[in-house]
Parts: sequence; C-alpha cells; structure tokens
Amino acid sequence: MKLNVNGEQVEIPNTVEKVSDLLEHLGINEKVAIVELNANILQKADHAATKLTNGDRVEIVHFVGGG
Amino acid sequence: MLKIGPYEFHSRLLLGTGKFPDFEIQKKAVEVSETQILTFAVRRMNIYEPSQPNFLEMIDVSKYTLLPNTAGASTAEEAVRIAKLAKASGLCDMIKVEVIGDPKTLLPDPIETLKASEMLLEEGFIVLPYTSDDVLLAKRLQDLGVHAIMPGASPIGSGQGIINPLNLSFIIEQATVPVIVDAGIGTPSDAAIAMEMGASGVLLNTAVSGAKDPVKMALAMKLGIEAGRLGYEAGRIAKKRYATASSPMEGMSRV
Repeated sequence: MKLNVNGEQVEIPNTVEKVSDLLEHLGINEKVAIVELNANILQKADHAATKLTNGDRVEIVHFVGGG
Repeated sequence: MLKIGPYEFHSRLLLGTGKFPDFEIQKKAVEVSETQILTFAVRRMNIYEPSQPNFLEMIDVSKYTLLPNTAGASTAEEAVRIAKLAKASGLCDMIKVEVIGDPKTLLPDPIETLKASEMLLEEGFIVLPYTSDDVLLAKRLQDLGVHAIMPGASPIGSGQGIINPLNLSFIIEQATVPVIVDAGIGTPSDAAIAMEMGASGVLLNTAVSGAKDPVKMALAMKLGIEAGRLGYEAGRIAKKRYATASSPMEGMSRV
C-alpha cells in the first residue's frame, strides 16, 4: 500500500491495516505521536480502530522545543 | 498563586523549551527554574529517524503543565488546526495562540489572533493569546473570555526588555485575567520590572536558553520574578524630588 506520510510517498507492507499498525511499523508507537488522516485529526484512542487505505494522506506530528 | 482557567501554579515563570545547547543543560535549567509550565511547538515527526531523542521523553510530564504554541501559523485556521493537533496528544488543553503576521519582527497578527482565540474558546480550550502590547486588543480578547493575556515586552528573542512600559501598565491596570509578559525579556531585571508592574507571570525562552550559562540564568530569572512579585505585593514608596533623611535629626551628639 502507498501512503503519503508527512508529505512523502511511502510504501507500506500489507500487514499494516490500522493507524496503530503504521505507528508500530515506523517504530513510534511508544512515542507521543499525533496523527491526522486525510485532514481529520485522530484521538489516540481511535488509532487502533482507524483503517488505512491506499493513497491516504497521513500527517504525524509531535512536540518539539519552542517558546 | 497564579490562576489560569482551572489551573493553579505557585511558580510565575513559564519557560520555553527551544534552542537549548543540549538536553542535559535544559533539564537542569528547567529544574532550577522551578517552572510548572513548559511551552512546546508542534512539528512533523521525522519518520526516518524515530529514535531521535525528544525533550518531552526526558522529563516527568506529570510534573508539568504543557503549553503548546501555534507557532508557524499565520492565519486563525492554521492556528486552530495546530491547537487541535496538540490537544489530540491527550496531554494538554491549554494553548498559546501565536499567529505571526510578519516574518521580520515576528509581531502577532491582531485580527487573526482574535479570530483564532474566539474559535478555540468555542472548542473548549484554555486560551492564552500572545499579543502585541495594544490595550484595546487586550480588552477585546478579554471580552471573548480568554484565560490570560500575553503581551510581548519586545520582539521575540530580541532581549530588548520592556520597550513600552506605559502600554504594558495600561494593559495590567484594566486586566480581569492574568497578564503574562511574553517575549523580549533579556535579563532578570527585565523580568523583575514586569512583575513589579503587576504582571501575573513571565514567559521566556531565549533569555535562558541563549545565555552563556543557561542553568544559572534559569535560577536568576526565577529569583528576579520572585523579587519583582514580592516588591509589587509589598507596595513601593512614592518617588520624591528631594531627599528625606533616614536617620533622626534630633539627639545629635556634639562636642
């Protein structure tokens, strides 16, 4: 499956079905990661239930240093 | 006590987390500052280097209230999106509304700031807008129901201190919510002056992170803010044109 993650085309294995699978695949499931799927911001509790489809636009953001 | 919306803080120092030389120094600076509120920005994660360390992972998040900002936004809609992303972390419901209108001065866009604040209040956020030192804008924001007003002392990161104390005093005098002086603080005396004027708190970042010794400066800022607050509460003497002796004029011993 092809996804657009943070503005880049990424090829994802077929074992990735849900948003939570994607975070695990990327190795960031233990991190504070906020996900927006096709311009819809997801609550953390919904990561495990939200399905990904070919061509989805995924934004993954986090907190960085700032004033 | 500093009260912002439903929250209470004994520290009146809000500390930014940007541009520290390294995480060890930053951690120590945060500790000695005794701040309870840390600001953060929201940015894309580097998915190719997920193991990159993040300051949030190095602190006990339960000990701090996170105040994410909407830095990077130049419209109300962008600010609202960033705020919603921040809230979706499940870690915070306070937001520093920062809508920059000009890249050179980094001065906030008053119209977009007002719009963003209104939208975020409707969404149930605890809203702390970063504003210019305009009294009427502060009033309009207050009328909307924001939880604090955060006027800049001078441009972000400039270290110029309070360049318009008159306007700042007008804002403080009319305030019905905490006034937190945000941006432009350079020295502990700048922070102390803001507090002496009656500000409820000071938010700073570069003054500490960019100091030669950030840890020592974090302590200096804490003490400056505490001294300024105590001075404000104690009530200063009136200024007089001529001297008034501190020692009695009577009872002088003469040869």
